[in-house]
Amino acid sequence: MTDADAGAPIKQGTIPALESRPRLAPGCRLGENAQQLRVLQMPERALRLNGPSLEIVQRCDGKRTVREIITELQKMYSKADPQKVEQDILGYLALLHGERALDFE
Amino acid sequence: MNAPAATAGPLALIAELTHRCPLHCVYCSNPSELTRRERELTAGVWARVLREAAELGVMQADFTGGEPLARPDLVEIIHAARAAGLYASLITSGLPLDEKRLEEIVGAGLDHLQLSFQGAEEESASEFSGTRTHAQKLRVAEWVKRHRIGLTLNFVVHRGNLDHLEEMIALAERIGPQRVEFAHVQYYGWAFANRERLLPARAQLDKSLEILKAAEERLRGKIRVEFVVPDYYAKFPKACMGGWGRKVMLIAPGGDAMPCHAANVLPGMKFENVQARTLREIWEESEAFVKFRGEAWMQEPCRSCERRGVDFGGCRCQAFLLAQDATATDPVCSLSPRREIVDAILAGVHAGTASAIHAPRAEWIYRPNPA
Repeated sequence: MTDADAGAPIKQGTIPALESRPRLAPGCRLGENAQQLRVLQMPERALRLNGPSLEIVQRCDGKRTVREIITELQKMYSKADPQKVEQDILGYLALLHGERALDFE
Repeated sequence: MNAPAATAGPLALIAELTHRCPLHCVYCSNPSELTRRERELTAGVWARVLREAAELGVMQADFTGGEPLARPDLVEIIHAARAAGLYASLITSGLPLDEKRLEEIVGAGLDHLQLSFQGAEEESASEFSGTRTHAQKLRVAEWVKRHRIGLTLNFVVHRGNLDHLEEMIALAERIGPQRVEFAHVQYYGWAFANRERLLPARAQLDKSLEILKAAEERLRGKIRVEFVVPDYYAKFPKACMGGWGRKVMLIAPGGDAMPCHAANVLPGMKFENVQARTLREIWEESEAFVKFRGEAWMQEPCRSCERRGVDFGGCRCQAFLLAQDATATDPVCSLSPRREIVDAILAGVHAGTASAIHAPRAEWIYRPNPA
């Protein structure tokens, strides 16, 4: 297992449609170790999660739409520019898709 | 110089459950001294080791061998990994396995299965593995896809099958895993003994990289394509195991804790056993893990190299195997004063034949089963 942030370059995938429902791909799940390090575990690698990235990944449950995830995080980060929150979320979901960590259902 | 302190625990544990294997691959990474069945750790000891690993910070356990399916108590061991909070990954040739046993293994909490392939079709795959297993692998891949676990196909590539890369990619696309890995043979263990017949020629390697880069691009978001190049052709060495004693701990079938698969080739190396000491003691204090941790052991040019924190001087075992000096810069590095050793080996490959040749079966040194 390597840290994705220190290993191979991260590959950008597809920007999801607002009505699609992102779900963690088979073999991918949230993990936490004894030192409270939170990661998205994937085959042979792990992606460190903090604050917003953890909030996003926790919501990729195959039930919420991309639009719902955006709305929830815009409420949570109400001091941030809503446009910027949306762009950041779409970019992060595309990144996870490129890592083959997400299915858009 | 950094003090060789263990500032953090390992993140991954490689658990070699057995050296027994139905395959006899000519590039197996197992040591030439194979552990006998009577000396294998019990499932009970493995459960304790997995709990200790989790307490130390490990997040993922990779179950490998030999063939881990050769252990009748594999389900129990995978269950113990999940109970300890670890991500459980099974690295397997896919036999002996039927659909029902796979269900039990998945039921125990397996997260990911990596299925090895020795080629794109039965004939060549049989030559390199010394057994007929290809059809069974195709069945296993289909069974795995009925469950919601990760699937990686791992194609071991070398001079003898690299010209069939496109067929392997097509096979991977038909199966449709989340991930496919094209791993060049690394020259340790049995592969070191068969190196002259496994090393690809430069032109063959270059062509394969073109094919792989195109496949990676085309399959993005569908199948993650990864590849490992043979480091004899690299400009800089690989960061072996992510640095010695930095991220990974390997437990051999009999319980010896090792910094990597090949460390027992190093002379004078003593390994502590998990039956005698805790994983934490072994990780933090044992001679084997401390030996090449940090930078104090390095020679020039590593000692003052700006890449020393990137590749950690490369592989200690390779330095020993090629230059008979475990503290030398990995000779595959273009900055190594011993690079000529590797260049001479490559020149030998090119003086032979540039195309893939299949050695007559008698010329291969097949890995046997433990006595």
